Amino acid sequence: MTDAKPRTVRAPEILWRAAEILEILSETPRVKSLWLRVPSWPGHRPGQHVDVRLTAEDGYQAERSYSLASAPETALPGREVIELTIERLGEGEVSPYLTEEVRAGDRIELRGPIGGYFTWTVADGGPLVLVAGGTGIVPLMSMLRHRAQRRSNVPAWLLYSSRDFDDIIYREELDRLAAADDRLSVVHTLTRGAPAEWSSFERRIDPEMLASVAPRPEMRPLCYVCGPTEMVESVSNALVDLGHDPERVKTERFGPSGD
Amino acid sequence: MTGIISRRFGGKRRPAEPGRIPPGQYETRDFQVLSAGPTPRVALEDWDFRVVVEGCEERRWAWEEFCALSREHFVRDIHCVTKWSKLDTEWEGVSIDTLLAGVQSEAKYAIAFCDGGYTTNLPLADITGGKAWIVDSYGGQPLAPEHGGPARLLVPHLYFWKSAKWVRGLRLAKEDAPGFWEALGYHNYGDPWREQRYWND
Ligand SMILES: Cc1cc2nc3c(=O)[nH]c(=O)nc-3n(C[C@H](O)[C@H](O)[C@H](O)COP(=O)(O)OP(=O)(O)OC[C@H]3O[C@@H](n4cnc5c(N)ncnc54)[C@H](O)[C@@H]3O)c2cc1C
Repeated sequence: MTDAKPRTVRAPEILWRAAEILEILSETPRVKSLWLRVPSWPGHRPGQHVDVRLTAEDGYQAERSYSLASAPETALPGREVIELTIERLGEGEVSPYLTEEVRAGDRIELRGPIGGYFTWTVADGGPLVLVAGGTGIVPLMSMLRHRAQRRSNVPAWLLYSSRDFDDIIYREELDRLAAADDRLSVVHTLTRGAPAEWSSFERRIDPEMLASVAPRPEMRPLCYVCGPTEMVESVSNALVDLGHDPERVKTERFGPSGD
Repeated sequence: MTGIISRRFGGKRRPAEPGRIPPGQYETRDFQVLSAGPTPRVALEDWDFRVVVEGCEERRWAWEEFCALSREHFVRDIHCVTKWSKLDTEWEGVSIDTLLAGVQSEAKYAIAFCDGGYTTNLPLADITGGKAWIVDSYGGQPLAPEHGGPARLLVPHLYFWKSAKWVRGLRLAKEDAPGFWEALGYHNYGDPWREQRYWND
């Protein structure tokens, strides 16, 4: 982190904007993606997020953060669209609303992009190691989509932990990206049992799994770890134990897991 | 303000004590973790806390010396910029007033520096006068590494990123300079009651 002393970011302003829901896609039984049109969206870097704000009739407001799933290349002047991908937490306040209540044509308030540290663009180089748990895939997907859009040849590895096969978000798109790109490796692990024909890992991410999937520390990969707090803590510790430079391991924690 | 009402949004987490939850925050009972990288490791033999005034080291305490300083036990509410607030958190540690007692300086600002390279900037007036501590105990237990152990800064009246984890010292300076998150677009001061999350708030 010492080397990463950032430039002071003073623009653009982070303003509340009214975003219109264009389309709602079902990703898994509990996860939906919202495509939104955001007037004068200033653009983003993969890894950044937005704050969403809901307002009740009586003025009560709730705010939560959601990562940008789309590649920056998707939002062009005149076509200011972004994608968010949201998991419904049963007793939650905001995620059930965003996954069950909203309809195409509705408007919601959001502001961003926010966050300047957990970001990657092709200019940052690689090799790239991405480790995701559950919805932690969302900001990493923005990185992979950006990498593909830019036809970057930075070698990249994704290790992605989901509960069941049906809980894997963006499964077909990840398959397609990996099939079309020799320099991208996508490895799944399932923590709650797997289909009979499953040939990949069936346990939580552990040091052994990381060692077998990620490039050696001598290659000095840039590592991004995102998911529930506990998973991020154990994976980032394991990467450091394996010899990866702590200054090249960036983390984003989404909060407690729904486990 | 765009004035949109979210159709059929009732809200489930209206605060039981509205006066204690700042705007845009909700109460949680978990103690969530937020940091930009792996949890740093430091052996207590190698730990020290330093006060540096305008470039010169003024004070240094090794772990045992730090533990021998007079301690305070207190209960405060904390507010994280990622939207959660936690009420009545219980801490123990050393007041910044104790650490700065007798330090002569014209400095108006402080930068907290940490293992892992994290920094955060604060007006000196916000960490003196009984407003901030270096804490090494939470809920009656030694502070866990993922929450900033062995010791963190605690400045409960500002957003929690100002309460730097794994803190190793304070640099006092005449000029203000943004710390880690402050340079990345977060607010320079970070008052949760004025919802100062991002630089232009
Ligand atoms: C930087 C950042 C980026 C994020 N990006 C994303 C993203 O891209 N996609 C995404 O889905 N989320 C993301 N999150 C998480 C998101 O901000 C919310 O925390 C999440 O949607 C829950 O909000 P909620 O209002 O539905 O639940 P809340 O009302 O906030 O309730 C959450 C609390 O209730 C508990 N809880 C509620 N329901 C359940 C349940 N079914 N099982 C277990 N515990 C439960 C949780 O333990 C938690 O303490 C991100 C968070 C951060 C900080």
